[in-house]
This record gives sequence, structure tokens and C-alpha cells, in this order.
Amino acid sequence: MIAVDNVSFHYAGGPQVLSKVSLKINDGEFIAIMGENGAGKTTLVKMFNGLLKPTEGSVAIDGVDTREKSVAQLSRDVGLIFQNPDHQLFAETVAEELGFSLRNFGFNEEVIERRVTSLLGSLDLEQYRTSSPFVLSGGERKRVALAAILVWDPKHVIMDEPTIGQDYMQKDRLRQFIMQLVSQGKTIVIVTHDVEFVAECKPRIVLLSRGEIVGDGPADRILTDSQLVEKASLVLPQISTLMNTLPDLEPPKGIIDAYSARDFLAAKLRSSVKTQGPSARR
Amino acid sequence: MENVNISIEKGEFVVLTGPSGCGKTTLCRCLNGLIPNFYSGDLRGELQVDGINTVEKTTAELATHIGFVFQNPENQLFSLSVERDVAFGLENLGVPREEAIKRVEWAMEATGILDLRDKAPYELSGGQQQRAAIAGVLAMRPSILVLDEPTSFLDPKSAGEIIRVIAKLNMEMGFTTLLVEHRLDVVSRYASRVIVMDKGKVALDGTPAQTYGDNARLIGIGLPRVTMLFHLLRGDGFAIKTNPITVEEASTELRRLMHQ
Repeated sequence: MIAVDNVSFHYAGGPQVLSKVSLKINDGEFIAIMGENGAGKTTLVKMFNGLLKPTEGSVAIDGVDTREKSVAQLSRDVGLIFQNPDHQLFAETVAEELGFSLRNFGFNEEVIERRVTSLLGSLDLEQYRTSSPFVLSGGERKRVALAAILVWDPKHVIMDEPTIGQDYMQKDRLRQFIMQLVSQGKTIVIVTHDVEFVAECKPRIVLLSRGEIVGDGPADRILTDSQLVEKASLVLPQISTLMNTLPDLEPPKGIIDAYSARDFLAAKLRSSVKTQGPSARR
Repeated sequence: MENVNISIEKGEFVVLTGPSGCGKTTLCRCLNGLIPNFYSGDLRGELQVDGINTVEKTTAELATHIGFVFQNPENQLFSLSVERDVAFGLENLGVPREEAIKRVEWAMEATGILDLRDKAPYELSGGQQQRAAIAGVLAMRPSILVLDEPTSFLDPKSAGEIIRVIAKLNMEMGFTTLLVEHRLDVVSRYASRVIVMDKGKVALDGTPAQTYGDNARLIGIGLPRVTMLFHLLRGDGFAIKTNPITVEEASTELRRLMHQ
């Protein structure tokens, strides 16, 4: 469990970035932290692996206060993937990048080879095994950075803006991959602005605005609340907005993605054809 | 890229999209001479911008014809104040002081950042930074703007603001616009034309409604969600002939279907 208790934070001499944030993330939960640029999202998740320590309050990972452990110790359980992959990547080849942490943790070469190969496969990177990470595209480097963390199998996985630079198909694969990790019982925390991606994954959403939590709940509730969404500088998913234009059809609450909208509208369209009778159909 | 043929007229608002690695960024780099001046490789065919052969000019010379805005504004800003950043390109071009001041004012006004002139770029939000980056490019008075995923680091509200700034520059001031984007939800309503590239070639080229058909879905571009909804309904056998690209169009079309 990740337990954030009454946490405030400011950088030395700087303004308050987080004020009195409390949040409990259970093992195996899938959470999206959303909010405007500068809301404090990245600052918050940097506390999860001890990169930052709260100036007030406490953060505990599986019951242990992050002040009592080093970042290296915490990293074994909490994998943090940075927004900018270039802050993380350094090795000569993709395979070396993935093997680096495992060698540090003292795994034998056979295990390393097996894990690296498995991760390269799941993230569609096998063809780049011997490439330098720095010749890859932005989206590919992001997947290398993700693989380099997942390779040591941390219990809690934190991804800062995983969809930036990914095209539609890659996002879809990322979504399936996240769902697979969730089904394996991992805790997944993503920091994101990508409303449509979240509308399709439907995690629990924690909304941050100016360093405070302003909303916390299931995606279909948060992403249909125009006021809340506006407050956090987000926009409603396109499908939520469409449903708002059709109040007379009485759509059920919580339709935020194209597939649910299709189920509802297909049923409506069929019944409207029936009730209008054969003359109307002509 | 392979056998790419594109001709963009003055004043068009073109959205260029396609899967990662399809050649979008490569195409943009050709337009401002970064290819072949900075990136080496084998370039064949002919490229003209404002009637100038891009291979024969330097990127600096092309900068007064074609302005380039990158994905991450942090890569484009470096001065201690917004005003100095916006003026930087002009100083390099040797534009006389009086003229430079006028242009910097104009560019900051066009992007709505006059009140930020004395701020340091790192004090700005992502959306403000991107507006400052656009202003720096505008000050060079190009006739063409090329923007490579300018909103991907921004929250949805700031992203919407940037897209509206770009649309305004296109509609009110006539800047020819080539916008590389994955997020078609936000940009489609402004686009006069969408070009989809796939595997180094131009796969589709037309108005958004023409382009967002089954082929676009098969290539794997992220159609606006309302367009996707209509693809799904068509797949269910409903007689749908149009591809709505905005919520308003989708809403109208649904009402028409209901009363048919």
C-alpha cells in the first residue's frame, strides 16, 4: 500500500507545491493522477520512491516511512518511470539498458537474459535489442524506459505521462499492457493529461489542482463532472460532451468512451425505428 | 520517405498525422532545410518553400519563410525573459532595433503574452512557454508555420488554448499552417485538410470528413472519438454515410437518425 498522510511540500525557498495531501493507494489498484501543468502531480509521485521527502506529513510504502529507507531500497518495490526518458537512459544498447538494474541487484546472466527478452517482446522492442537508445524515436525511448523498470518486477509501478509521443496503436497496446500488469496484481499509478486514454482505461482518478486533491473517484464519475474537470484544467472526453448534448435521449450517467456510447445509441436507434412503425422507416 | 508528393497552398490549415515512424517529422525537417543541412542521408526529389529550393538555402535563410515550433517548448526557450527570447531570432538576423521592437510587440500580442514579457521562461506554465516559443517564431515574419506536436506536453486546457492561437493566426492573419498531431479530437474542427502518412508514404489526403474513413482506422490513427462512434454504429448496420468530426456534427446527425 502507498499511504500519503497529510503531506505538504515545497522546494527549498520555493512556494508550496503540495498542501496537506492525503491519499491511500491499495495494492493492485490502478490510479490515474490528473490535473493542470504544475499542479504537483510529478512532485507527488517522486515521493513514492523517496526521491523527494515531504516537508510535512509522511509517505509510507507497505507500512514503512520513506524517510527510513534509501531510494535504492525503495526502488526494489517502487518503479518510477520518468516523463522524459532521456533523464533515465544512458546505456550503449537497449539490452544493456534493461540489464543494468538486474546486474546491480545481483541476478545471474541467465535470468537477466530471460527477463530482458521477455520485456523486449511485450513492449515491441525486440528489433532494437542492439540499438543505442538514443537513435530511437521519442515514443520508442519511452517504451525502453518503461521496460528498464519493469524488468526487475517492482510491486508498485509509477508512470509519469506514459502516453506522450505514443501513437494510437501504441497507446492501445500500452493500455492492454497496463491491464495485464493490473491483472497480475501490480499497483499501477499513471500521471497523465490524456483524458481519452483514461476514458478507455477507466481507472480510479485522483484530481490535483494547485497542490491539493480536488477530486477522487471512479473515471465515469470524475470525467462526467464538468465543474471538477474545468477546475483541474482538463476537458471532458468527447463522448461525455456528446452525451450532454442529448439530454432528451436520457443517456445513463457515466458514458465516457465510444464503445459504451455505441451500445446505448444502437439500442436507442433500434427502438426508435420500431416505435415509429414501417411508414417512418421509409 | 518514399515518393512523397504534396503541394500546400497559401493559407491552408493542414494537419499531418500518422503512426510513429511514418515520416511526419522527417517531412517537416525537409521543409526548413534541417534535412539535408543538419541530418545527413540520401535525399532525392525537389522541395520548394515559397518558391525557394530548400536544399540550396541554409536553415537560417529559410527561417524568415518557414517558422518551426517543436514539441517541447523547453527545448526552444533559453533567455532570461520572454521578451528577449522572442527577440533572439531577430537579433541574429540583424533586424534594425526599431523594426525588431515593433515585431516583438506584434508577436507577443498575437500570441497573448504581452503581460508575460518580463518573466523568465521557467516561471511560465507549459502553455505560456509554448506561446512564447510560437511568438519567437512569428517575430521572424515567416509566411508558413510548421508545428510538430506542439501540445503533447500540455494539459488539455492549455492544449486547447494553443490550438486556438494557431487557428487564429491561420484564419485572421493568413499563416499557412502545417500541424503535426496525434490528437485529432482537438484539431480536426480547424483543419481544412488532413494528410495521413504511413510507412513513409502519403496514404490519405483530403478534408477531415473524407480522410476519416475505414482506411484511416486501418492505418491506426486515433480518430476523434465521435468519428469512431459513427464507425462503430455503421458497423452495426445503421445507414450512416457521413463522418462527423465534431461533437456538434455528431449530435445533429444522431438526431437526424433518430427521427428518420
